[in-house]
Amino acid sequence: MSERTTDVAIIGGGLIGAWTAFFLARRGQRVTLIEKGVVGAQSSGVNFGNLRLQGRFPGQYPLSLRSQALWEDFAGLIGEDCEFEQTGHLYLAYDADEQAKLEGYAEVSESYGLAIERIGPADLKRRWPWLGERAVAATFSARDATANPRLATPAIARAAARHGAVIRENTHVSAVDRSGDGFTLTLADGGSLSCGALVNSAGAWAREIAERFGETAPVFPAGPPQFVTEPFPYLIGPSVQAIDGSVIFRQIPRGNIILAGYPRTAADPVTNRAPVPPAKTLAAMRALARVAPMLAQCHVIRVWSGIEAYLPDMIPVIGPSETTPRLFHAFGFCGHGFQIGPGVGLCLSEMIVDGATPTPLEPFSIGRFRSATAVSEKFRKEFD
Amino acid sequence: MADIVIVGAGPAGISAAETLCANGLRPVLIDEGARAGGQGYRRPADGLALDMNRLMGSEAGKYAALHRRFEALLPRIDYRPRTLVWAVDGSTLHLLRDGRTETLAFGKLLIASGAMDRIAPLPGWTLPGVFTLGGAQLALKDQGCLIGSRVAFLGSSPLLALAAKQYREMGAEIAVIADTTPLSAKLSALPELLRAPRTLARGLVYMAASLRAGTQMLHGVTPVAVEGQSRVEALLLRDQRGRERRFACDAVALGYGLKPETQLADLAGAQFVHDPDFRLFLPKIDGLGRAGPALYLAGDGVRIGGADAAEASGALAAHAILGDLGRPQDIAAIRQLARRIERLRAFQRGLARAFAWPKAQIAALPDSVTLCRCENVTAGEVRAVMSREFGPIEVNRVKAMTRCGMGRCQGRVCGPALQEIVAATAGCDGAAAGRLRGQAPVKPIALAAAGTAA
Repeated sequence: MSERTTDVAIIGGGLIGAWTAFFLARRGQRVTLIEKGVVGAQSSGVNFGNLRLQGRFPGQYPLSLRSQALWEDFAGLIGEDCEFEQTGHLYLAYDADEQAKLEGYAEVSESYGLAIERIGPADLKRRWPWLGERAVAATFSARDATANPRLATPAIARAAARHGAVIRENTHVSAVDRSGDGFTLTLADGGSLSCGALVNSAGAWAREIAERFGETAPVFPAGPPQFVTEPFPYLIGPSVQAIDGSVIFRQIPRGNIILAGYPRTAADPVTNRAPVPPAKTLAAMRALARVAPMLAQCHVIRVWSGIEAYLPDMIPVIGPSETTPRLFHAFGFCGHGFQIGPGVGLCLSEMIVDGATPTPLEPFSIGRFRSATAVSEKFRKEFD
Repeated sequence: MADIVIVGAGPAGISAAETLCANGLRPVLIDEGARAGGQGYRRPADGLALDMNRLMGSEAGKYAALHRRFEALLPRIDYRPRTLVWAVDGSTLHLLRDGRTETLAFGKLLIASGAMDRIAPLPGWTLPGVFTLGGAQLALKDQGCLIGSRVAFLGSSPLLALAAKQYREMGAEIAVIADTTPLSAKLSALPELLRAPRTLARGLVYMAASLRAGTQMLHGVTPVAVEGQSRVEALLLRDQRGRERRFACDAVALGYGLKPETQLADLAGAQFVHDPDFRLFLPKIDGLGRAGPALYLAGDGVRIGGADAAEASGALAAHAILGDLGRPQDIAAIRQLARRIERLRAFQRGLARAFAWPKAQIAALPDSVTLCRCENVTAGEVRAVMSREFGPIEVNRVKAMTRCGMGRCQGRVCGPALQEIVAATAGCDGAAAGRLRGQAPVKPIALAAAGTAA
């Protein structure tokens, strides 16, 4: 057979693809990353920028904590700044049921070694005087952080390129075929590419590639509606989230408050657009004013969204294909992929180079969709 | 639910309402302003003793007539002043009135949102005392105020001479009228400008008045900087022969022609196409102003044509609505309006060619100049981001990376200049640099306007 163009091809130049390319290139692999548009668009570029550790899916903690260590070393690894800020994350409960849920989350976090501080109403008011009166309890995790998603992925792609990865933007893959023990990719521009291993990190467009190899996952596109206020003097500190999901917000160094809230919004992967319905803007504004009444006269100046890939059980697919050796999937991050991005890239690079990763990834197997799909409670809450 | 909603109560909106009323319909007329008339025919604040006849000059008759017609119309329409349309979602308008949001469903929507100044930044343009030309005129018409006592008029527009004349008559000293367009370009556009001889004559009268008053009038200048410690003290230029000239002044009015306010048309689903003469993306319309199944666009908000064209295009769009509602068509009236609009808009196209947007000057702006004043982004920051590996070459991506155009004004002020800097840095033409997409809210809205959570 003809000589391979590259050791590993990665389809999808979002955050996951870029981190995977970075770690593979650092291990000396020849890597080609193929992106239909530009690196770091859609969910990788438009998400909230939350590097949140509190309240994650329990099986995800080993991956999540491994990822946070990589984010904490971002400047050292990547050689650029992405506005990484370890401001902590404040989770708010507004009634006894929510408080019980908060306590459940805290116990899971603590069992994986995360430090969680429990805060009563009096201390809440003292430490964050801009909070409204009604919160009954809160937990604070100091290790949670934020970063600017618009800056992160292009920076990671540049670092991958410095390690030798080939990054091809504006390149469509028109066909993927098995060839020998590797793969051949046919590109829409007429070119082709042969590789030994293939990573499917095509986000909302990943299902088609999985189905090409006889497996599937019910990925669907949706967008996270997000809003930003005018800038004002720095005041908020941590990123703040009401546990009912009605609002999450943070104040960026420029002074603006970025806020987001459920339910998520419909997205069109064909036109590449996820418009924000004005009713959702109003709902998020009301929710923010409830949590922080002193912001009532603060103006919302802009909204945005983008296309994220979701799965009904609200857990991503990460790991090897069950039908095809040397094919690896990483997609469907359900709006929670930003934080675990570096860990996913590192684990995939270990699976590809070493044959295994020390991080447990069993819950994320694509095989779970062979039987009836569980619909998570989160799913019901986050969509309308 | 309103069958027909008109957004904007300038000459286009008022004449559209008039045409619909004449056919027995009762439209809703939404006005962001407190008093009808739009920007050009703006009425002074109540109780302000301002001689509008003198201020409006040759257009005083039209000004008075429009307001008379509006007064007559008022009992027959649902007029809603001080009401901002901040979003269009399908067939629902989202409004902001008296600090509260509300919605209004519509059957047909006519947007006549008018225009605003197009701004070319220069070093020092964010100093207090620098205004848009339109802002300088509004201060006069709305409040009877001058922006300064010694004012420099800079840009590329026949309106520089008009505004200078108004300012001189109201007692201001004119430091200079400085136009970036060479005189030769203006002369070579004369054949096109002769299509509207009356308007051309008016422009020449303003220029002559400036010359008579002894005002310095420079053609083909290169702006260098607005100078001053904490506010405007001087305007620095290079004249056509390359000599540096400093004009002491306490205010500067900048006017590079007008650009349609197209954000609402964008949200309502209009398609856009790049216009090489105006160097702007403009909504696509048919000959009557239709931009979609229930969407109609008129006035300077869709094509710069001036007040007369706005008035005619408002009436024409109203005829389109009547036709689409199955009413009998007044073909003669439609033909006459269409011809009139075609002639007036062709004249403005000629003006846009003569008084060209100085794209080369903007592309050559120094790195240190502030491009986006809301988010404080310099031209150099935009160029630096674009020149990196995997750097953006399209305006929306540049905005995402630099925050240029992300602030309070949503790129309404910096957008055209950003377009030129991106095009020049990427080595592409204006169209390929892309178009800043509109998003609601089109203007900032306070959290409190949304009401309280359940």
